[in-house]
Amino acid sequence: MARTETPALRQRLSDTAPEQFLFDRSARACYTQLARGTCLGGQLADLAGKSVLLATCSQLTSALALIELDGVARRITILPPDAAPEHFAALIAGAEIDAVVVDIGSVSEFYDIPLRVPASLYLNVADELPAASLPSEWVMLTSGTTGVPKMVAHTLAGLTASFAAKPPDPSVIWATFYDIRRYGGLQIFLRAVLGGTSLVLSSAGEPVTDHLMRMAEHGVTHILGTPTHWRRALMSPAIKKISPRYVRLSGEIADQAILDGLRAAFPQAGVSHAFASTEAGVAFEVSDGLAGFPAAYVGETRDGVEMKVEDGSLRIRSPRTASRYIGSDLRLADEDGFVDNGDMVEQRGDRYVFTGRRGGIINIGGQKVHPEEIEAVINRHPQVRMSLVRPKRSPITGAVVIADVVLKSAGNDAEAVKGDILTLCRDALPRHKVPAAISIVPALDVAASGKLARRQG
Amino acid sequence: MSIKLTIMEQMAQIAREHGKQLAPLSDDLVLLESGLDSLGFAVLVARLEDKLGVDPFTASEDAVFPVTLGDFVKVYEHGAH
Repeated sequence: MARTETPALRQRLSDTAPEQFLFDRSARACYTQLARGTCLGGQLADLAGKSVLLATCSQLTSALALIELDGVARRITILPPDAAPEHFAALIAGAEIDAVVVDIGSVSEFYDIPLRVPASLYLNVADELPAASLPSEWVMLTSGTTGVPKMVAHTLAGLTASFAAKPPDPSVIWATFYDIRRYGGLQIFLRAVLGGTSLVLSSAGEPVTDHLMRMAEHGVTHILGTPTHWRRALMSPAIKKISPRYVRLSGEIADQAILDGLRAAFPQAGVSHAFASTEAGVAFEVSDGLAGFPAAYVGETRDGVEMKVEDGSLRIRSPRTASRYIGSDLRLADEDGFVDNGDMVEQRGDRYVFTGRRGGIINIGGQKVHPEEIEAVINRHPQVRMSLVRPKRSPITGAVVIADVVLKSAGNDAEAVKGDILTLCRDALPRHKVPAAISIVPALDVAASGKLARRQG
Repeated sequence: MSIKLTIMEQMAQIAREHGKQLAPLSDDLVLLESGLDSLGFAVLVARLEDKLGVDPFTASEDAVFPVTLGDFVKVYEHGAH
């Protein structure tokens, strides 16, 4: 099958300006070298037409391999860094994997896959590269679910649709807190590669301060991450070293407190939050500095994307929506092509606000509570950096909500702040949503996806 | 502070927070008539676990819920040992 409209990634690199790089902590790769180089030790041709699992430990190595594999492999299944080994067998069977790309830090040897190709950060110039003529299927894993992650199939055209028409800006230098093996990060990776602009990636286990220092070193202008990524970044003294022109949040609810916090930290920058998911793709971006989105977005077609609200959840129909699930008969979209991601919204005046995820609801004596709604209230307190509301089993009401709170500085009188937070909650929330107890904690667990780790209570 | 005093103080505190009128507290006060509703008691049990380090209702096998305040205090006094 010939690729008609979307040339393969590597073909986009040939006319890239020199001195544009992909960076991680220890290495950099130049686009012009990537156009003719291979990180697969001459084995790229062996992967032609295969269903390839990309399972490197290094994010940068994954980036190089993606450029090589697009148009060559039949299917590229991207293993995120936090994928659980007990699910590998199901994923390999479901995606009919017959080859794997590994590196020195890969979590598994994958001996049960017939073809194993080692990748490294050493680029060899290739005299002859296989033709990049297949419309490779890109498969991403969903996050935040228990059990085997769903495998979501995209095309390069769909993945790049939200920015394909925008002219590349050579003055942009990207950085991402997201890993490029998740939807949010992959968007930025593809945008940087297609625009031929540099991108600063994180390295495995790198402290956020080190990552921020590298962003400063490279003069990064555009930075993307989840609200949780940003809350952690704002806790680092290195935040003062960067001066981006544009910061963007997605992947979690962007509450007013984090939007205001970023505006205060970067008064010169545009701050926007986007709604996107692995299944629905990028739906929209909001740049007015306010949480939620204008109610007028629902019902109209904007930029090819249609939105509706049904049974309280936001549904998206768009050309950027994933094509299907791999290895499953589950339907990705309803009969009309709308994707329901389980994101619950509520209209307040002329805006819709996100109230939480359908699956994350806590039931308190029959009354339903979204933890995110309570966190948004707690986060308004000027001393609060971030918070996690979780259920605690109760012999009386089944559950009560309790809150773990990270303060901006350790010097605060914890008991007084707890009292303030409770007062804030009591003023803003019905009684059952007010936390029964508040703990001040030094840090909160963050999943590799950059989202707060939520556990079942 | 004794367990009993801690419990009584927390009940008064939660009643204030929830805008409830608390009945005069005594050992034979029937809990359902104390002025706290089930959410109030759920919060009380969660707070007491925070203060006393024990949730005797979730920890114990038998799901007997005390009737009077005196019974309630006893459950915690046993649980604390």
